[in-house]
Amino acid sequence: MSSLIKSLLRSIGVVLVVTFATFALMYGNAPGIAQSVLGLSASPESIQQKIMQLGLDRPLLVQYWNWIAGVVTGDLGRSYYTSESVSKALSNRVPVTLTLVLMTLGLTAIFSVLLGVFAAVKGGWIDRVVQWLSVLGTAVPGYVIAIVLVFAFAVMWRLFPATGYVPPHRNLTQWFMSLVLPVSALLIGAVAGVATQIRSAMLDMLDRDFVRTLRARGIDERLVLFRHVLRNAAAPGLTALSLTMIALLGGAVFIELVFALPGMGQLANASAQISDVPMVMGTVLVTIVLVLATNLLADIGVALLNPKSRS
Amino acid sequence: MTPPLLSLKDLVVGFPTRGGHTNVIRGVNFDLAPGETLGMVGESGSGKTTIGRAILGLAPVRGGSISFRGRLISNISRAERRSLAGDIQAVFQDPYSSLNPAMTVESILVEPLAAAGVEEGTARVRELLDAVGLPSDAGSRYPREFSGGQRQRIAIARALALRPSVIVCDEPTSALDVSTQATVLKLFRDLQQATGVAYIFISHDLGVVSNISDRIAVLYQGEIMEIGEAAQVTAEPRHPYTKRLQLAAPLADPRKQRARRLQRQALAKAG
Amino acid sequence: MAAHSATVAPVAPIRRESTLLQLLRNRQGLIWLSYLVLLVAVALLAPTLALYDVNVTDLAATNAKPFTPGHPLGGDGAGYDIYSRLIWGSRQTLIAVLIVVSVSAAIGATSGLVAGFYRGIFETAASFVSDAIMSLPGVVLLIALYAVTGPNLPAAMGVFGVIVAPTYYRLVRSIVITVRKELYIDAARVSGLSDLRIVGRHVLWAVRAPIIIHSSFIMAAGIGIESGVSFIGLGNPAAASWGTTLQRSFNGIYNNPWGVVWPSLLISITILAFVLLGNVLSDVLQSSSRNKVLSARQRRSVIARSAAVIGEVATAEPSKDSILSIRGLRIGYLTPDGEVREVVHGVDFDLRRGEIHGLVGESGSGKSQIAFATLGILPREALVLDGSVFLNGEDLMADPRKMRAARGRRIAYIPQEPMSNLDPSFTVGAQLIYGLCAVRPMSRPEAREILLALLQRVGIKDPERVMKMYPHEISGGMAQRVLICGAVASEPDIIVADEPTTALDVTVQAEVLDLLRELSEERGLAMILVTHNLGVVADLCHTVTVMKDGRFVENAGVEQIFDSPSDPYTVELLRSSRSVELMEIAS
Repeated sequence: MSSLIKSLLRSIGVVLVVTFATFALMYGNAPGIAQSVLGLSASPESIQQKIMQLGLDRPLLVQYWNWIAGVVTGDLGRSYYTSESVSKALSNRVPVTLTLVLMTLGLTAIFSVLLGVFAAVKGGWIDRVVQWLSVLGTAVPGYVIAIVLVFAFAVMWRLFPATGYVPPHRNLTQWFMSLVLPVSALLIGAVAGVATQIRSAMLDMLDRDFVRTLRARGIDERLVLFRHVLRNAAAPGLTALSLTMIALLGGAVFIELVFALPGMGQLANASAQISDVPMVMGTVLVTIVLVLATNLLADIGVALLNPKSRS
Repeated sequence: MTPPLLSLKDLVVGFPTRGGHTNVIRGVNFDLAPGETLGMVGESGSGKTTIGRAILGLAPVRGGSISFRGRLISNISRAERRSLAGDIQAVFQDPYSSLNPAMTVESILVEPLAAAGVEEGTARVRELLDAVGLPSDAGSRYPREFSGGQRQRIAIARALALRPSVIVCDEPTSALDVSTQATVLKLFRDLQQATGVAYIFISHDLGVVSNISDRIAVLYQGEIMEIGEAAQVTAEPRHPYTKRLQLAAPLADPRKQRARRLQRQALAKAG
Repeated sequence: MAAHSATVAPVAPIRRESTLLQLLRNRQGLIWLSYLVLLVAVALLAPTLALYDVNVTDLAATNAKPFTPGHPLGGDGAGYDIYSRLIWGSRQTLIAVLIVVSVSAAIGATSGLVAGFYRGIFETAASFVSDAIMSLPGVVLLIALYAVTGPNLPAAMGVFGVIVAPTYYRLVRSIVITVRKELYIDAARVSGLSDLRIVGRHVLWAVRAPIIIHSSFIMAAGIGIESGVSFIGLGNPAAASWGTTLQRSFNGIYNNPWGVVWPSLLISITILAFVLLGNVLSDVLQSSSRNKVLSARQRRSVIARSAAVIGEVATAEPSKDSILSIRGLRIGYLTPDGEVREVVHGVDFDLRRGEIHGLVGESGSGKSQIAFATLGILPREALVLDGSVFLNGEDLMADPRKMRAARGRRIAYIPQEPMSNLDPSFTVGAQLIYGLCAVRPMSRPEAREILLALLQRVGIKDPERVMKMYPHEISGGMAQRVLICGAVASEPDIIVADEPTTALDVTVQAEVLDLLRELSEERGLAMILVTHNLGVVADLCHTVTVMKDGRFVENAGVEQIFDSPSDPYTVELLRSSRSVELMEIAS
């Protein structure tokens, strides 16, 4: 239990440090921000006025405190441009990103376990495929895979829509079709990473003394594999998946841009280009909370799997 | 009576654990005379290795004292400890882990000399290799090119480099095959005769310890059960634990071993 | 005193080459290293190689197809010449990579070194920070940075360096912690070396190779992030970079689909170069001497090849009065250079019902290999080159189904290390009951009853409680009793015990030997006892086989072996063993 509290404290610490650092940088660069909100032709007076209007002239700690106080009450501030509420904007965007990421994560879990286990147990060609996939998955960035997919399936063969997003309640089929390419683009890299880790966790377990003893006891090979080896390789596999979840949240930023998906990565990116700081801070906060939730779930899962933490 | 070389008084060694300390050594006393071999025998958890590490300054002393030639050496600073390198040396159990695989035998042997600022270098290395029975061209080779017994000879040469007066030998033969063990034990005895070095010889094997020791201390759960002349401890053990240890060690002779087994089983029934 | 020289076997000195030389000797290493050298050259010679200056645009070249005159790779969406922009962009890529790798290595490796060597407060704090940073998607932080500072490549790459620094920290720290436990560090302390010298001579050496390998992967990540950040528009739009070229070409993908191909290829191949170079480096610097695992087909061909060398072996018959007969068993391993190294050279062996047979030898004599082969549980790399294992006259080696049917039912196994031979994830009771039900058809309550009684029999006082415990909660001696209980529960005829008491204290060893003897007598169990300890043999065995270098040197009844050994090796073993034996006790 203490490890859960630790990771909770750690995440809160991260939130505070990152958001404070952002505020500090913003405080130091107030004229720059005002300028980018107003445009290059703005006069020094209007810039000064904008700074006052946005409240960037107040002391750093006061600004920060106000923001924190807002966060606690669920108010993440308003956009510098549209005055749209940040929380409202996010509530439209987060579901898109979560759909993308969780769908990919689920498929990653299925494919990685299948590939990793077969590669470790059977060896041979499937093992070589997994090893090559892992090299390619690390070498080709997600956005390049995404572009290749657009190039092949949308531009050349026109099988899937290249860009755009259709909400599921409007048209389920189109929603599904609009997600096929983005999910595939994220999936390849994720499976490459997780499958190799599951493969090596399995190989590690297969080399353990107790596996030899179980075999010597006459227990069927399949049972040794599925009841004992897989069970012991589950904890490292779960950890790999939770790290993948964090990587997917980052990767989604690129993928949403390529496929024009209205997710929070796209929101963060677009807001950053125009220095709409409250929007960016909002997405950073939501991302950290999602990461925190992932880590907590993974910690609980690993603790449940490990008998040493139970006693 | 010569004054003791090494003297342990009410030694307590402990390690921090969750919510406090666990004392692994709980009040151990003994003296070591110059040129003597004191064997320390015990099973796992007896603390025999920890005593050796405390003497070497590698385990924290929480009570009592260790002195060398009358000078207190427990809980001294790292700099002071370094000045003891020429007096107290060590040979460890695992000859694979105790030699840095990236260094040639020569640089392994030169290391303590260089640290002490001794200049004689290569000549001394040849002398040391000869003393432990390794060919003089061994210096340019790497530890992995040697067998377990040969590696242990390199480790012994390193311990001898600064001509110490005590060597703490922590299970130096337990990782070796029986036939290698016998020759390495003989080497230890020969070197003692030639140089007059004293040994603290730690082992789980009462047989090995009795083969090389002048006196033997029997340890159990951090305390000395019995300490005395080697012949007395092995032939007429006073403490019941020593007797159990003694009778549990199997003899390489079926008839004698049958007799010993019956004796042990009788003792177990009586106890 | 040089009389011991005779024990030194001549060993050929091992050749050592510089890492660079080894890298160049490797085909992959040569290819990818040359590629990267070429890339650096291109970046340096950009002014001569590029067709246009950095900021030259040509409206006519907007989304131009490849091989348009004057624009070999075509033009991007803003009218830049793709070829020239990619050449110029290599400069930014290399600068970015250098910033990332130097910032992250400097911070991560240094803090990892200090944390691993001194532990304590610094380690706690550094690990906390490292875990915190690791739990964030780096891109999101870079976006936040951009929002408040605008385009600033060095700052962004510096921050990315900090974000990936924990990977160095973790790597270096864990290696240093392992190295610190090595006895050669203790030996260096005892030799009077200062901390600085220990770190410099011993610790740095150990972390050097992993840092180099890891840097290769970090540089790959650096390229990915630099191009990616430029691609999503967080770079300086005026500066030439692979990412902005990709972005512009992507925006014009419907007008000129081929425009995206060049930057995509360049980015991917360059990252691939670093990744594969990292793999080659790790092969070269951390070459392991592990034996090769073979596929079924390779296995058959190797065995056939070795059989051709040996020639036809006379088909051997099992002995009539033996329960178990081994005939002509040869086991080998494939070395990295493709040779078969034979470790057991054709041995014959017979075991009668109820006989306890000691298999004695020193390390590397092949005794454990024979034990594993009997059960069909040799490591995956092992090759059974030839031979038969007959159980009651049936060859188990020839028929895997018969081997499976015998294993655990007719022949059971007791391992050497009790603690590592129990599955850590299941309670003692769960794995015992499950194991028994798997080989003997019975209900779980029935199995439980049998096992409770048997646990009591093997000397466990409170079997109900022990059954509920996990392996890490019981002692080594108790774990070995549990394993013995598991082996005996299926009522086998034969037990193969591989050094069953070596990991135990001598007093526990004596009790376990008593237990094995009693169980053998009660149940008429035959036993193959693999051991290096002649005392254990004298205590337990009826017959003895002495092994050396994969061959049997002597085989006889226990009293004959100990009273009048015939082979000089046996004589030598006995002499060494008795030299450290205890004298008779005066009772």
